[in-house]
Amino acid sequence: MRGFVRFRPGWGLLLPLLVFTAVVFVMPIGVMLWKSVHDPEVSELLPATKIALARWTDETTLPPPASFDALSSDLKKLVENARIGELALRLNREQPGFRQLIERSANEIHGDGAPLMETDRRWSDPSSWRLLKRAAETYTPRYLLNAVDMQIAADGSISRQDEQRQIYLRLFGRTIFVAAIVTGLCAVIGYPFAYALASAKGALRSVLFFVVMLPFWTSLLVRTTAWIVILQRQGVLNELLVSANLIGDNERFALIYNFFGTVIAMVYVLLPFFILPLQAVMRGIPGQYVRAAESLGGNPMRVFGRIYLPMTMPGVAAGGTLVFILSLGYYVTPALVGGRTGQLISNQIAFHIQSSLNWGLASALGTILLAIVVVISIPLSRAVAYGRPQR
Amino acid sequence: MRGLPNFFLWLVVGTVGLFLLLPILVIIPLSFNPEPYFSFTRKMILLDSDGWSLRWYRQVVQDPQWRLAFKNSMTVAAIVTPIATALGTCAALGLRHLPSSQRSVVTLVLSSPLIVPVIIVAAGTYLLFAPLGLTQSLTGIVLAHTALAAPFVVITVSGALTTFDERLLRAAAILGASPVRAFLRITLPIMAPGIVAGALFAFATSFDEAVLTLFLAGYDQRTIPLQMWSGVRDQLSPAVLVVASLLVTLVSIIMAAIGIQQAIFHRRSERFGRRPEE
Repeated sequence: MRGFVRFRPGWGLLLPLLVFTAVVFVMPIGVMLWKSVHDPEVSELLPATKIALARWTDETTLPPPASFDALSSDLKKLVENARIGELALRLNREQPGFRQLIERSANEIHGDGAPLMETDRRWSDPSSWRLLKRAAETYTPRYLLNAVDMQIAADGSISRQDEQRQIYLRLFGRTIFVAAIVTGLCAVIGYPFAYALASAKGALRSVLFFVVMLPFWTSLLVRTTAWIVILQRQGVLNELLVSANLIGDNERFALIYNFFGTVIAMVYVLLPFFILPLQAVMRGIPGQYVRAAESLGGNPMRVFGRIYLPMTMPGVAAGGTLVFILSLGYYVTPALVGGRTGQLISNQIAFHIQSSLNWGLASALGTILLAIVVVISIPLSRAVAYGRPQR
Repeated sequence: MRGLPNFFLWLVVGTVGLFLLLPILVIIPLSFNPEPYFSFTRKMILLDSDGWSLRWYRQVVQDPQWRLAFKNSMTVAAIVTPIATALGTCAALGLRHLPSSQRSVVTLVLSSPLIVPVIIVAAGTYLLFAPLGLTQSLTGIVLAHTALAAPFVVITVSGALTTFDERLLRAAAILGASPVRAFLRITLPIMAPGIVAGALFAFATSFDEAVLTLFLAGYDQRTIPLQMWSGVRDQLSPAVLVVASLLVTLVSIIMAAIGIQQAIFHRRSERFGRRPEE
């Protein structure tokens, strides 16, 4: 009874935020996962055709004549509702050339009532119909396959994408590569700083803390802008080198709008996320272990390698995990300073949501990115928990 | 770890410190550049008064776009902060009443918005909000920002409550205080630093948020980060540096204020109370 009474007020207080998080955070992710396999667009645009094609069993021959009538009437309706463009655009994504095929056929059927077969000879090719049937399926693996550079052919077989259309696997690879480099650099330059911050006292500690916290609290846009100002061709660094006569006016370095710019700006933005958890762990380490090892005659390198470093590993793992995961989904910095070679997978997701309007593909790319984040963060968080000193 | 290694350590620390500070500080003088360039002119370095001007400051203050962006940012953050603070504080109080096994699961769920890449949340939110008419509206932006900001409040308030001694409430009840009075006089003051810190985080999160806003805002909803975004992306104008400098100055002042307040609080608590530990 007592347990029950203690149990309820907790959930009552938690409920508002839980419901809010469920609606505004969990549901969007659910919608994204759903859209990566659910694609009702074509079946909504071509309802009669979808029904007619369902009776088509031998896909090596042409579909039954009813399908031709069904498609003709669907196309006619779409022209009347001014929605033919949607279908043309959508099918062109499946197979280049379909835009013009759909638009011309639809206009001829609508205009002078020409039979479908006579509008284009591609309608006497079963493969065009197979493509239509595949596209009219409501549930489809094709976006997820596209997101890993695979394609599903009209006959349902799965193969690798054409050479020049293989972009996403390489982009996922680059994203993971950039995240690894950024994490590594943060560890190398963040570790000594975190050590100094953890061991400093009084005013020095306040100063060092200010140095980390000022960029941490400063707007992300401001920090990214600062690097553009410093690194661009007419920027502070190049001007400095030119006016010092170290390089000629036409030898300015291309330091930004490329891979290098993305990495350096991301290290800058994410460094506080590495330093802060690490210095918290370092402050919790009692000094007597290091002193004991030194008094037993260990040289400084040995004491550091055998005693101090292992004890700080939970902090390194915590900060490293944070930086790595944040890097994987970083959008603003690569979009602004990445140029062509510094684009990451997040930029493609944004592109397909905002510009190409291929929401299915955007969702599929997001789904795979989410899977990567989950797969990577589980073992790392275990390592953090495992490395934590037992109380 | 002394002697030579110490020298190298401080050399590295100094370099990293400069790496952290310089980029932010370098934009402030450049915002006074009278020319539409992003480097120091000879006149600026020679401290010639012609080399410095408030031209871009004037432009930002007069530009209706920047004014609209400022208004939108303030409106959104002013609505997000109290909602996120209230939701997060209630949740942090609720978490204390759960058995520890449930608590860790619920904490993980509530803090997941901090871990999941924002681009994924932004894409999903756009796909969910678009058919509901919540894109291109401040309401949609407020909802999305609140979901990102509330976890910070949960964390800071939970942190303030970790050392909270339940026996204080029992003592208050024995002394005849009603639960409401005990909450107002005991629990609330103990939570207060956590609530303030959480509210500050919530405000900063909303004020600085660019990705969700980029997906959800239309032209009329653009915020300061979006205005800076287009200022950097489309035509790099020194007006962006002016806004950046103002933001850096604002952050520095807030941080200094917090630092001074903490120092005073620290000294006071040293003078009163706090007996030497047994």
